[in-house]
Amino acid sequence: MNPNLKRLRRTMMFLNCQKPGLIKDPYIYKPDSIMLDLEDAVAENQKDAARFSLYHALQEIDYHGVERVVRINGLDTPHWQEDVRVCVAGGCDSIRIPKVEHAKDVHIIEEAVRKAEDEFGREHGRILLMAALESTLGILNAYEICTSSELLFGCALSGGDYTKDLQTKITGTGVELNGARQLMIIAARAAKKQCFDTVFTNLDDMEGFIKETEMIKLMGFDGKSIVNPRQIAPTHKIFTPTEKEIDFAEKVVKEIDSKKAMGIGVFTVNGKMIDIAFYDGAKRTIDMAKAAGVYEGDL
Amino acid sequence: MINSVGRDIPDQVLKDTGMKVFQGSRARNAEEYVKAAPKVRAWIDPTESKMVADIHEALVKCGIKDGMTLGFHHHFRNGDKVVNMVMEEVHKMGIKDITICASSLGSAHNPILPMIEDGTVTGIQSSGVRGKIGDAISNGKLKGYAIMRSHGGRVRAIESGDVHIDISFIGAPTCDEYGNCRAVGGKSDCGVLSYAVVDAKYADKVVAITDTLVPYPNMPASISQIDVDYVVVVDEIGDPAKIATGAAKPTSDVRKIMMAEYCTQFVVNSPYFKEGFTYQTGVGGASLASTISLGEVMKERNIHMSVGIGGMASAMCKLLDEGWIGKLADTQDFDIDAINNIKTNPNHIEISGSEYANPMNKGSYVNRLDVVVLAALEVDTHFNCNVVVDSNGMITGAQGGHPDTAAGAKCTIVITPLLQGRIPCVKTDVTTVTTPGEDVDVIITEYGIAINPKRQDLIEAMKGVKLPFTTIEELRDLAYSMVGEPDPVEFGDRVVGIIEARDGTIIDVVRQFKPYEYKD
Amino acid sequence: MELKGTGMAGTLESSDAQVTVEPGTNGIELSIESSVINQYGRQIRATVKQTLENLEIKNAKVTVVDKGALDCTLKARVEGAVFRANGVVEGLPWGGAIK
Repeated sequence: MNPNLKRLRRTMMFLNCQKPGLIKDPYIYKPDSIMLDLEDAVAENQKDAARFSLYHALQEIDYHGVERVVRINGLDTPHWQEDVRVCVAGGCDSIRIPKVEHAKDVHIIEEAVRKAEDEFGREHGRILLMAALESTLGILNAYEICTSSELLFGCALSGGDYTKDLQTKITGTGVELNGARQLMIIAARAAKKQCFDTVFTNLDDMEGFIKETEMIKLMGFDGKSIVNPRQIAPTHKIFTPTEKEIDFAEKVVKEIDSKKAMGIGVFTVNGKMIDIAFYDGAKRTIDMAKAAGVYEGDL
Repeated sequence: MINSVGRDIPDQVLKDTGMKVFQGSRARNAEEYVKAAPKVRAWIDPTESKMVADIHEALVKCGIKDGMTLGFHHHFRNGDKVVNMVMEEVHKMGIKDITICASSLGSAHNPILPMIEDGTVTGIQSSGVRGKIGDAISNGKLKGYAIMRSHGGRVRAIESGDVHIDISFIGAPTCDEYGNCRAVGGKSDCGVLSYAVVDAKYADKVVAITDTLVPYPNMPASISQIDVDYVVVVDEIGDPAKIATGAAKPTSDVRKIMMAEYCTQFVVNSPYFKEGFTYQTGVGGASLASTISLGEVMKERNIHMSVGIGGMASAMCKLLDEGWIGKLADTQDFDIDAINNIKTNPNHIEISGSEYANPMNKGSYVNRLDVVVLAALEVDTHFNCNVVVDSNGMITGAQGGHPDTAAGAKCTIVITPLLQGRIPCVKTDVTTVTTPGEDVDVIITEYGIAINPKRQDLIEAMKGVKLPFTTIEELRDLAYSMVGEPDPVEFGDRVVGIIEARDGTIIDVVRQFKPYEYKD
Repeated sequence: MELKGTGMAGTLESSDAQVTVEPGTNGIELSIESSVINQYGRQIRATVKQTLENLEIKNAKVTVVDKGALDCTLKARVEGAVFRANGVVEGLPWGGAIK
């Protein structure tokens, strides 16, 4: 299994591939992932130029461990085949497929990636996929999409296009996105995949951004798409576990690890019985604490 | 002759100027000297008027002639009209060989350019020069050497007699008919006249130029009647929109915010952050952001600043109003809030350029600084800074109080991004040394923080502090790995500018700009 | 590769470069203007020449207006201009002539 499937993705920051000043060193802001955009941010007549920039960025810039996701153009455009080729040749970590509505959309890209991997002599299965759900149909098919491929690590909501399809708009209250968010997170979790919330574009409304991010965290989301580095620190703060949570998680992991080593199947933490179902969550808490730089234990 | 920062100062320059090479920041400490003095014309007859009709008459009465040195201040910054209106008249009168000795010059003074070309102006002495005058000097158009001096260095040069000002023109936002000048009120309100004080005390003739004549007595006066020969009223001495901007919005550039946050964390973890500390900062985006975040920590920990020094902007004034700063010792106002604050808060006080930074008086305010936060165009692996010459070799900036505060403060912090576009700001050697590395303690970039190895005490104090500490060499290597190692800028042979250290010695020279040519 | 027409790629924004290529007859005729020429002129020229050599462009008039672009951007702009000049947008030689 590709270890990147489960990596921490609290913040996935969009960057226009066509802007050299942006793609030079975004890792300085410490997002978990960057999404190098060939799609909406790049004008129709600059799609070709953006690919050259992307290729050299992927090949020559050291992104210091930040995941390099590329958002390719949609299956309804003449651009996606070449986008996939440059992603594979350049060696990105993941591909974000826009406007996914069916499992077969993922299969088409999966196949194109495999073909390109053969063409460029790359190992199969190194590049992961994620699906952006941007329509009502995509949302309704979220489970089908999430289970479409072993290489797919999760799905993301694209609120702008989705609300248009819904015949409404982004209101700032979240009411228009409630259903989509609930359906998606349920589907993603059922498929054991990650789930990411849509962007928040009003940069002047930091309070609104924080409120929305707190909410989607409580709903179960793994992270948020980000449009500006200003949104990274507040998001990471929200996704940073409390001292109490970290302490509990640490005990859970240690208890289960040590008892299992001794062949014991009954676990207790703070005097209470816990079961194995606590384990993955506790691991995730420790990972988040480490990423936030607040974990000083030995796990 | 090689000076103590390793720069080779040509013998010809030493011969031409009689200056010595830089021997270290404190080389002239405790030296004794006799101050210069102006030639004063007594004013016994109380019926005599100081009012003159126009600048022409003032120039005639002051005995303007070829070869004189004229003094100006830069408190109107890019909105200054005084230098141009005086020089235009000098030019019309056919006077030649003038040396302009200004506290600073900027792009507002581009109209001087033809006067450099036709020999009206043959010498320029200033904190720095921006705009077309900088280009002209770099391109060898000025007959003599341009001398770049820090704010403290200019006062020292005048008080010690290294430069003697024949006539100084003091733009005064308000003035009465007997010459009392104030910086506040009027149409071209600039808050303080700090850098003009030395001119008033040491120039042979002093002309106050105002656009707002007020009833006698204009008190309390920044420049007193006892030092002023003539008063001229003109339509406009400045463009208020360019004198001071509205208070700058806190930066939203995350890179600058990161550097500001590193800076604040460094300061609060340093031994200097304690009740009654003293502080100075600049007005760049990162400096302002660090003042704001430092203020937050001061409030959290109930720590007060006894005095904030130097150029002022809204962030410092706000902390003063809220009671977190005891006094502001002000030499320049960068925004409207600062100008308003000096009128309304009695603890916001104007000090003279000499009080601020003169290294050879009996002790200036900069000597009392705990921490100063500065910026730079380039820093190098010896911690030398360059704030005057750009990456192509053109004169484009000003020393300001950079070398003065760096020399005075117990802890000098320079904030700079690692790169500006492709240009690395941390290099093996700066193009031109303007502040010696011995006076620079910490370099803060968005990629990491380097402490000068000569400050083992600071390195020790920062043990266990969660900040991205690194070495200056590592910062340089990182920059070079991203943009490639820059080729050294090539210059022509002729020396066009002298970078004067604050003690009056030569720390570096600037040679003539050379257009780039491929070798093959 | 032989240039069939004129191609241009890139912008005049900071950190970018605008590159124009036209068919030529007399080897590579290169004109470079750059905001960082005094420190990076040599490296900019070397990168542009190397990129053209990788693409096997033997004859061309090439104009570079650089605003402090990194090498990776310079390469991308040269390649962008060349493939535009020849109208090629698919099946590009990633990792081959584009390296």
